Order: sequence, then C-alpha cells, then structure tokens
Amino acid sequence: MKRQLLKIKAYASIANNRVSLNDGIVFSEEKNDLSAFLKQAYKSLDTNYSKFFKMDALSKLGFLAADIILKSTQKEPDLERNTALVFSNSASSLDTDRKHQKSIQDKDNYFPSPAVFVYTLPNICLGEISIKHKLYSENSFFIFNHINTGYLFDYANNLILSNKADEVLCGWVNCDGEDYEAFVYLVSTEGTIPHTKEEILKLYNIK
Amino acid sequence: MSELKQELKEKIITQLNLEDIAIEEIADNDPLFGDGLGLDSIDALELIVMLDKDYGIKLTDPKEGKKIFESIEIMAAYISEHRSK
Amino acid sequence: MNNTYLSYNNIVSSLGFDSPTVIEKIRNGESGLKLVADTSIFPTPFCSSLINTERLENKFANLGNIEEYTRLEQMLIISLEATLKASKIKLTDRVGLIISTTKGNIDTLDPSHPMPEERAYLGTLGHIVKSYFGFKTEPIVLSNACVSGLLAISVAKRFIAQGTFDHVFIVGGDVVTPFILSGFNSFQALSPQPCKPYCKQRSGINIGEVAASVLVTKEKENLAPEAVAILGEGTCNDANHISGPSRTGEGLYRSIGSAFKEAGVSAVDIDYISAHGTATIFNDEMEAITLNRLQLEKTPLNSLKGYFGHTLGASGLLETIVGMHSLYNNTLYSTLGFSELGVSQPINVITKSTPKKLAIFLKTASGFGGCNTAAVFKKVTP
Repeated sequence: MKRQLLKIKAYASIANNRVSLNDGIVFSEEKNDLSAFLKQAYKSLDTNYSKFFKMDALSKLGFLAADIILKSTQKEPDLERNTALVFSNSASSLDTDRKHQKSIQDKDNYFPSPAVFVYTLPNICLGEISIKHKLYSENSFFIFNHINTGYLFDYANNLILSNKADEVLCGWVNCDGEDYEAFVYLVSTEGTIPHTKEEILKLYNIK
Repeated sequence: MSELKQELKEKIITQLNLEDIAIEEIADNDPLFGDGLGLDSIDALELIVMLDKDYGIKLTDPKEGKKIFESIEIMAAYISEHRSK
Repeated sequence: MNNTYLSYNNIVSSLGFDSPTVIEKIRNGESGLKLVADTSIFPTPFCSSLINTERLENKFANLGNIEEYTRLEQMLIISLEATLKASKIKLTDRVGLIISTTKGNIDTLDPSHPMPEERAYLGTLGHIVKSYFGFKTEPIVLSNACVSGLLAISVAKRFIAQGTFDHVFIVGGDVVTPFILSGFNSFQALSPQPCKPYCKQRSGINIGEVAASVLVTKEKENLAPEAVAILGEGTCNDANHISGPSRTGEGLYRSIGSAFKEAGVSAVDIDYISAHGTATIFNDEMEAITLNRLQLEKTPLNSLKGYFGHTLGASGLLETIVGMHSLYNNTLYSTLGFSELGVSQPINVITKSTPKKLAIFLKTASGFGGCNTAAVFKKVTP
C-alpha cells in the first residue's frame, strides 16, 4: 500500500531568528524585530518577489518557509506540480485582526484598510504561496491550540492516497505579536525520512 | 503642484509597500496600474481610502477611481481641485 | 468503496431554529434580510439577516445554561445540541468535532465587549464547544475563508476515509460584527439593498449570521430521512489573486472536475447546482464562465444569499443542508433577488420553487485567498 511508502522529502523552519532548511541553517540574524528579520531573510534568500512586502507577517512567514522548500524540491521550473497546502496554527490571523480592529475603534478616525482586512483570514497565506508557485491545488487551514501531528498525518495521507495531491506541504505557521514560528514539511512518495507522527514531532521540536 | 506630486509618490510607496521602488523611478505620467507600477485592485481600494483620509475626498464609485488613478499627474490634478483637507 | 453520508442537521437563523422551518420559508420565498439601522454595528443602515437576540438567549437559557457564552457560542451550541440529540450518537474517541468559522468570536477584540479578548482565539472556541458537549477528541477548527463550511464536509469525509473517526459532527457559524462589515465595506462590496445574485442590477453582498450543523457518518443505518451520500469533492486554488476571483474560474473549474472525477459523474448527471452566488459583479461572472466551461449552463442553479445574505463560515454548510432537503422534497428553490440575467454567459437560474424529481446535486463555494470547493451529493434511497 502507498501509505507505508510515504516520506518526508524536505522540511524547513523559521524560529528564534533563524531560517533552516533540512538540517542546515540558511539564514540567521542577531536579535531583531520580526518585521526587520523577515525582510533581511527575504533579501538574503534571494526571493525576488516584490509582492512579499505587501503581505502581513503570517503570510510572510508561511511564504518564506514554503518558498525555500518548494524551490529546493523543484524538478523543472515550468512543470505544474500538484502539491496540496495544509497549514495550521493557534492564533489564526489574530495578529492582523488586531490591526484591523484598531482601525475601526476610533469613530472619528475610522479608515479601515482593505490591504489590512484581506489578511484577516489565515488561508490568505496559502493563496500567496499558490500564486507564486502556480499551485492549483488543495488548500486547508486548521486551528489547534498546539500542533496536532495526528490530524496532519492522517489528512496528508488521505490527500495522497485519494489521488487528490501528489505531494502535501504541511505546516505549523503561527504569528502572535512578537511570538512567531514556522515549521513546514513536504510529504511525498520520495525521500528518506519516514512520514510518521513521531518524526513530524521530532522535526518540529528541533527547529 | 509639483510638491503634491512628490508627496503622492512618497505616500504610494509607503502605503502600498512598494519597498523596491524609489521615488525617482516613478515618472509623473507613468501608468500606475497594469504594466506601469503594477498596482492591483486592492491597491486601488487602498488609494480610495487614502484620498478620503488625507485629502477629504470621498469616492463611492470604484470606476471613478480607475480614471483618477491613471497617473500621478492626473491624481494630483484631481486632488488639488477637489480636496477639502 | 465505502460511502460517507450527511445525515441529521440543523439550521439556526433569522428564518427559524430548525431545518424544516427554515426550508418551508425558503419554499415560500421568504427572506431573512432586513434593513438594519444600528450605529453600534455600522455607521450607516445596512442590509443583513440577523438572529433575534431575545429568541436566541431564551432558547439558550432553556438548555439550562448558567455560565456565560458569547453570541456565536450560543448559536453553535443550540444548533449542535439539536443535531447531536437527533443522531443519538454516543460521544466516544471515534467521534470527531469540526468547527467551521472564518472569524469566530472576533467581536471580543472590541474593548467594550464584556468578555476578554483571549476569547477570540479559535482554538478556545473549539474547546468551549468540545467541553460543553463532552467530545472525547480534539476539536478541529477549519478557517478557510468562504469555502470553510463546504470544505468542512470534505475534511470530515477525509478523516472518516482515513480511519480517524467513524462519525464527525460539523458545526459552522459566524456573527455579523463591525469588524466584518467595515472590512467588506472597505472593499466596496456591500450592497445597501437585499442582494441580487446573477442579476443585471446586482451591486454586492449582504452579510448575514447563521449557525448550521450536520452529522457526517460512515454508517448507513439510522440515517435521517433527508440523508445524502458524499460522492466526491475537491478544493482547488485559483493561483491568481488573493481577493479577486479568477477571470477564467480556473480554481472552481478544477474543483468541480476533481469532485466529478471522484464521484464518477459528469455534467449530465447533475440535477441541480447550489452555487455560491454572492451577488458581487466578479464572483457571479466567474461562476457563469466556469459553468459554461463544464457544460453545466443548462442545469438549474440557485444561490441562497437572497434569504440569509453571505453567512461566511456557515454558508457552504447551510446551503448543503438546504440542498439535502431540496432532494428530499424533490423541489428546486428559487434564487431570491434575481430578476434579469446579468452575467456574460448563459446559466439556468431557478426563479421560483419548482417540483422536480431530484437525485444528485452539486454544491460550490469560492472565497478570498483564491480558494474554491465543490462537492457532489446523492440522495440515499431507503
């Protein structure tokens, strides 16, 4: 059965002022605020995608983490890939929700911004990744109090076993004020790390 | 008028987060949408908010915005004629 | 292949607090949309379908509750209570809970709200519902913009197929808040009048509030009379823009294709389409283009936004439940607000309640972030 054969092909994380791909650090920066750190990471990783600057912090985090994995596993640049996106976190889009709320709080200075409001949905982050990588694929965004490797594991398996996706980019991408972390991994039929709940948790914990 | 144009360019860059574009790169007659600065529909809505907030101009018809936001030149002319702040 | 079924269900809305009451009002063409002049919600009068607060609170008090719950929690609990009770299913570690919502208790972010803003965490909302009923499994909160309600059905089916659960209860809901109204207004997407899906005169959406719940199960025994089987489903991104729908409807086209493929059906098998039909210029146009690309332009179609407005995280679930009853009652329900076709391609909009023998329907939804979901449901013949 296909289920036994599934692997984790690659993984990436952004946390504690470091960006890692598989077992190597690809960018790190001394103490800095999140916004400046993400901007430096973007530049250092040669992302070259000016829409990045318009994104909210959650989208930037998810976008960067996904981008380094998808670039590192890309076979042919123009070949369409059926990679599903399954992300989760605990704060949804609250970081941006608070900004929008602030803009409507004062009735005498009431100027809600469409460019802020559009990011008050966590799945916008999946949309940003889909646009950059031309992924016309399955999207789901879940909210749990803590990473739930069991649910992510079952859901990714099902997407591949039911032929809805060839690969699944799973993740935990959370942004809540200055607290942030991104951990994404690519479930595939190729790779060397077994796709198990234990491995997912292990990789998540070493970030 | 040239002061207003300069001000608009600065505002567009900061409010629309065009971090990799410098003021000098925007010519007064450059198209802002499409092939020009590459602004999109959310940017257009954001500019409508900017007109309201900074110049006291309320646009209710998005189609109106399309004409006004053609270039910095046209925007500046419209604002100086209609501004209430 | 084993089927998965949608069974017992409930709708809490301005048109009533149970599915049959709501369906009867839809059949009679009664809308829940009203002009609301309440400056505490929005500076100018707006059109919405709001649940009567007194009725909601009385109903909730009747459940014997003493603790404090938010408006949304009350709606979700009242709806799920009814579905759970009807299903007679015992909550074990084989029973899952999915909460579908876009913004949850977002109203608690307002400093004037009596509850602390920590209540706005969606995980907290999930745990409140879980503890209220005593679910044994971790709640799954799905927040995927306006496809959440329909995608929740896919998610439930997928977890059941994967062996995670035998039964899943889905409850979906969102409330009408200054947060949401101000945002959609900044998008110039709100219509001050009752919305007019697919119509020449359409000018945008209305936001409404609903809680809806359904049992998803793998057991063919003890199904509700209106139960349907989920034949196939799919979700595909437009990969085009984060707020505007794709001009070609690529994501929706692929979603329907994915659902058809799994269901083993084609356009000719579909008796009716329960579409998204938000009544914005671009959404409705995109849907018409997509349906023509799939040769679905002659299939009878409705949008239910003229009854409830756009109910965000509940909408896909609510409209699927209405679809189930539509099959059961062998009746097509009309697209309230529609009068004259205003999209560039032909589509067959249902304009009055019409009896028709029905077996299979297609439900679609599209939302911000470029997401689209489609699912095919078939009547269960007893």
